[in-house]
Amino acid sequence: MSTVYHDTKIENAKVELDNVGVTYGSKTAVSGVALRIPDRSVTAFIGPSGCGKSTVLRTINRMNDTIDIARVSGSVKIDGEEINSKSVDPVVLRARVGMVFQKPNPFPKSIYDNVAYGPRIHGLASGKAELDAIVETSLKKAGLWNEVADRLDQPGTSLSGGQQQRLVIARAIAVSPEVILMDEPCSALDPIATAKIEELIDELRENYCIIIVTHSMAQAARVSQMTAFFHLGDLVEYGPTEAIFTNPRDQRTQDYITGRFG
Amino acid sequence: MNTNTQTHTVKSFGEELDRLSDDVARMGGLVETLVSDCLQAVMRRDGELADSVIERDRQVDQMERDIEKRVIRLFALRQPMATDLRMTIAAYRISHELERVGDLAKNIARRCRVLNESEPHEMTRSVERMGRLVISQMHEVLNAFSAGSLDDAHSAMKTDDEIDEIYNSLFRELLTYMMEDARTISPSTQMLFVAKNLERIGDHNTNIAEMVHYVLTGEDWRRDRSMSDPDRES
Repeated sequence: MSTVYHDTKIENAKVELDNVGVTYGSKTAVSGVALRIPDRSVTAFIGPSGCGKSTVLRTINRMNDTIDIARVSGSVKIDGEEINSKSVDPVVLRARVGMVFQKPNPFPKSIYDNVAYGPRIHGLASGKAELDAIVETSLKKAGLWNEVADRLDQPGTSLSGGQQQRLVIARAIAVSPEVILMDEPCSALDPIATAKIEELIDELRENYCIIIVTHSMAQAARVSQMTAFFHLGDLVEYGPTEAIFTNPRDQRTQDYITGRFG
Repeated sequence: MNTNTQTHTVKSFGEELDRLSDDVARMGGLVETLVSDCLQAVMRRDGELADSVIERDRQVDQMERDIEKRVIRLFALRQPMATDLRMTIAAYRISHELERVGDLAKNIARRCRVLNESEPHEMTRSVERMGRLVISQMHEVLNAFSAGSLDDAHSAMKTDDEIDEIYNSLFRELLTYMMEDARTISPSTQMLFVAKNLERIGDHNTNIAEMVHYVLTGEDWRRDRSMSDPDRES
C-alpha cells in the first residue's frame, strides 16, 4: 500500500531508505519502506506491536545481519552511502550508528570501562588522559557525570535502571556516532527517569540524528520532530510530528493515534 | 458530532467525547431559543418573555462552565489526539462563543424593556428580517456542528456577509429617522443596539462555523474580517 507523505522539505537527509523490505524465512516483516530521515533531529517510529517498526530500525545499523533467516532488500543509505554494500564493515558501521535498547544492558564492568570500551577497541584514544577525557565528556553529555564522577570504578550494573540507560547512552556516544537508534529506551523506566532520558534526547539532537521506536505516543509527541507510523509491515504515514498528531491524513493513523484500533 | 467510523478501544473515553459534543449541541439549542425569544420579545413588545430570556441566560453561563470543566478533565486524564483533540478544542471554543451569544440575546431582551416605554418603532420589521436571517444562520451552524457538515458551515459563513449588509443599511436608515425627528432618537438608538447585537451574534456564529471547519479538516479557517467590519464603513 502506498505511503502518505506530508509535503515537508527534508533538505538534510542523514538516513535514506528506499523500497526497504525485510523477510524472516518465508514471512514478510516489512516491505516497500521509503523514508528520508533528517539529521540533527528526532524521528519517532510508532505503530502497534508487530508492525515492523523495530525491524526497520534494525536495518539502519544492519542488526538484521545477526539473524540467520532475515533477508533485507532495498537500499539503506547514510550520507548517501549504501550501507548494505560488501565494502562496508558492519562493526565500523555500528560505531557510526549507535544503538540503545529497551532494557539497559551495561557490560559487567566498571562504569568507566563501560564507556571506555568502544573508544579502546576502535583505537579512538591515544593515551590514558585522552581516554579519561572521552569518558568524562560522554558521561556529561549523557547527563550522568554528576551522579557517578566519584565512583567510576564501581560496576555499571550497580546503578539504577534510569542511570544504567544513561550509561548505555554514554557508551554509545563515546565512539562519536552520527546516528543513534533507540528501541523503546524508556519502557523499563519510571516517569522521572523517563523524563531525564527525554530531556537528554532533546539535547542530543543538536549533534546527532536520532531515531526512536516507542510504544508511547505521548513520548513520540514530546520528543520527536518527525513521526513515521507503521502498520502490518507498511509505512502508512510520515510527516512532521505536530501534523501527525493533530491532523493525520490516513484513516489508519487516525484510528491508531486516537486509540480506536479494533 | 462524531467524525470517526470506529469506536474507542477505551469505551469510557469515547463516551466522554460523545457527551461533550452532545452538551455543546444542547447548549447551542438553548442559545438558539434565547436568540429567537429575545427577537420575539422585541417584535411583540413582550416584557415577560424578555425577562425570561434574561433569566435563562444564567443557565447558558452554567453550561459553559460545565463544558469547560469537562474539557479540562479530558485534557488532564485522556490526552486527546488528532480528531479527538480538535473536537475537544472546538467544544471549548464553541461553548465560549455560545456564551457570548447568550449575553447578546440578554442585551437585546434588556433593550426590549426600554423600547416598550415608547411608541412602536417603524423600523421594527426591518430589524425582524435581520433577526430571522441571524437565527437561520445559527440554525445552520449548529446543524453543521451536530451533523459534521462542512457545506452547512461554509454556507453559514457566507450568510454573515449578507447580515453585515443588512446591518449597514439599517444603520443608515435609523440615522435618517433620528435626523428627521429628534423624538425618535431614544427608541432609534435602542433599535440600533438591537441590530448591532444581532450583527455581533452573526460574527459569533461565523466563529463557530470556522471551528466546525477546523474539526472536520484539521485546517485553520483564516478570514480577514477587519476588511468588512460594518462599523468601519459607516
